[in-house]
Amino acid sequence: MTDLLLDQYQEIVGEDVISSLRQLAETLRGARVVHVNSTKEGGGVAEILHRMIPLKKELGLEPSWEVVVGEGEFYQCTKYMHNTLQGNRFEIPQPLLKRYEETNEENAERLRGQLEEADFVIIHDPQPAPLLNSCPGRRGKWIWRCHIDVSRPYRPVWKYLRNFVEPYDASIWSLAEFAQPLQHPLYLIRPSIDPLSDKNKELSKKELREVSKRFNLDPDRPVVAQISRFDRFKDPVGVIQAFRLAKNFVPLQLVLAGGGATDDPEGEEVLSEVRAAAMDEPDIHILLLPSDAHRTINGLQRISDIVLQKSTKEGFGLTVTEAMWKGKPVIGGEVGGIKLQVHNHHTGFLVNTPEGAALRIRYLLTHRDKLEEMGRKAQQFVLENFLITRHVREYLTLMLAILRGTEERIELV
Amino acid sequence: MIDPFAVKDCALIAIATGERAHNLRELRDRLETTHPGCIYYHFWGGLLRPGFDDPEYQNDFAVWAYHGLHDRFLAERLSLIDPTEFADMEELRRELIEIIEERLDENELVPWASAHQLFHFIRSQIVVFDTGNRISEPEELKGQIPQIGVGSIFYHFVDARRRTANRSDDFSEWLKGFGNSYNRLLEQIAALDPYFKSLTELRSQLGQILEEYTSR
Repeated sequence: MTDLLLDQYQEIVGEDVISSLRQLAETLRGARVVHVNSTKEGGGVAEILHRMIPLKKELGLEPSWEVVVGEGEFYQCTKYMHNTLQGNRFEIPQPLLKRYEETNEENAERLRGQLEEADFVIIHDPQPAPLLNSCPGRRGKWIWRCHIDVSRPYRPVWKYLRNFVEPYDASIWSLAEFAQPLQHPLYLIRPSIDPLSDKNKELSKKELREVSKRFNLDPDRPVVAQISRFDRFKDPVGVIQAFRLAKNFVPLQLVLAGGGATDDPEGEEVLSEVRAAAMDEPDIHILLLPSDAHRTINGLQRISDIVLQKSTKEGFGLTVTEAMWKGKPVIGGEVGGIKLQVHNHHTGFLVNTPEGAALRIRYLLTHRDKLEEMGRKAQQFVLENFLITRHVREYLTLMLAILRGTEERIELV
Repeated sequence: MIDPFAVKDCALIAIATGERAHNLRELRDRLETTHPGCIYYHFWGGLLRPGFDDPEYQNDFAVWAYHGLHDRFLAERLSLIDPTEFADMEELRRELIEIIEERLDENELVPWASAHQLFHFIRSQIVVFDTGNRISEPEELKGQIPQIGVGSIFYHFVDARRRTANRSDDFSEWLKGFGNSYNRLLEQIAALDPYFKSLTELRSQLGQILEEYTSR
């Protein structure tokens, strides 16, 4: 096995994909790229950055990753911001907003030199968005990457945040319907998963048996799982309702597993609601996993027959991508990025209610041939569209494009 | 002496314009003024983005007419537009608007889409780069085509129609440089319809044509 990441990816995606990555990157050799987000552990953004940074480095760029740090009030504010940008109507108390701005100024003190010198600064989500204002000497291009569904935000909060993101040189959105009009180019890039990470690589049958045993799952009965943060937008209680409806017709076990993210103060509260809804039913397995339990999550997804992601709001839904990569059909909420990945009768089913989810669970478990066929298609679909190599390619393209303004055609030859 | 064929690759990046249409009249109005790159993207961009084939409806306007407006008549008419038949995006824009206006005239009510199914205008930037790969003789094409990436297929087979004088593909333009020697091959390549195939299908059919041609 080679040590070079690119060689390892080549075995999965093919030589032509890697070769074009190398060629694109050549023009950006030595470019200093700083990514900034709010957590190193937990959540899709951190996972993407963990692998994207070494990959960009291998391609000849000089990437780095910084994290803004704050106290409880800062995270409380950004959690409110996250929820309201996704549509909840709630006034964020002024003192929290003040703390948000102060925390960013404090972080800017620490990061200013590095950020002002960088050729590209990519700021992820609202948490570090105000950093730009504190870097008046910036020389590179600043890009705001929005990972959340801002299609119908609570307007006062979006208006507040817009003041911070408008001055950026560009922004990146996962879907066109999320993009809010701003005075700079609104690029569309879908996120991705890393097929070589602990969370996605192949596991031995022995390891899968151990995972099953560790969580007292009966290997003779089907498992449906939702593996996602304990967040109301992921509708874990709706998943329990769907499970109960389906269980009347097919033997079934449910796994609801989630890790906490350090920037999510609501997780505990939602977990209590989920436990109350489960009412100690032995076939409902609620697992609170540490944020580094990647192999366990991998194993749980692989031993599942079907994976659910019954979100009512979703930025992209990388848990959907992960499950599809493991050859599982996904029953997902008809929202956000899940719609890009789950195609009815091809890679799974889109649903709007617990009843809809229950119906599709019954259908798939009683049509095993369809379940397997959809799983195969799902894996192929991820291979062609949602792996990190495509993601890096789009980042490189964007960086090249942004250096040339809004020209429609950029010839590097 | 004919120059070797320079294999290029391209990467397309999508940009949301922020323009949206809630109903058919708004779609018509936006089409009047939208960036020509949007027309291009909504006809051809599907080749380079994820999705399962929607065989009845090949362009985004037709897909929206069906899924967003639930107007099958309009979807069928829009899907019949073949972008390769138009000299440029302005001509294609006129044709689109003609068909939509005809449909607006037929209906007393303007069809609306639900709030979750608006039409979002997207355009793209294309970054073109040289792979360094050169093909000296037409006979080498057979071995090279299956090896090149789908980005190269898009650039030389689809994007070329916007760049070449004959609205043709780059492979054919290059082969024409060899006089009449490859006329039969040119005819076969010309019969490949890029609008109704995925890029991998295009690559494999092009490879098949070259394979059969050289084995004769």
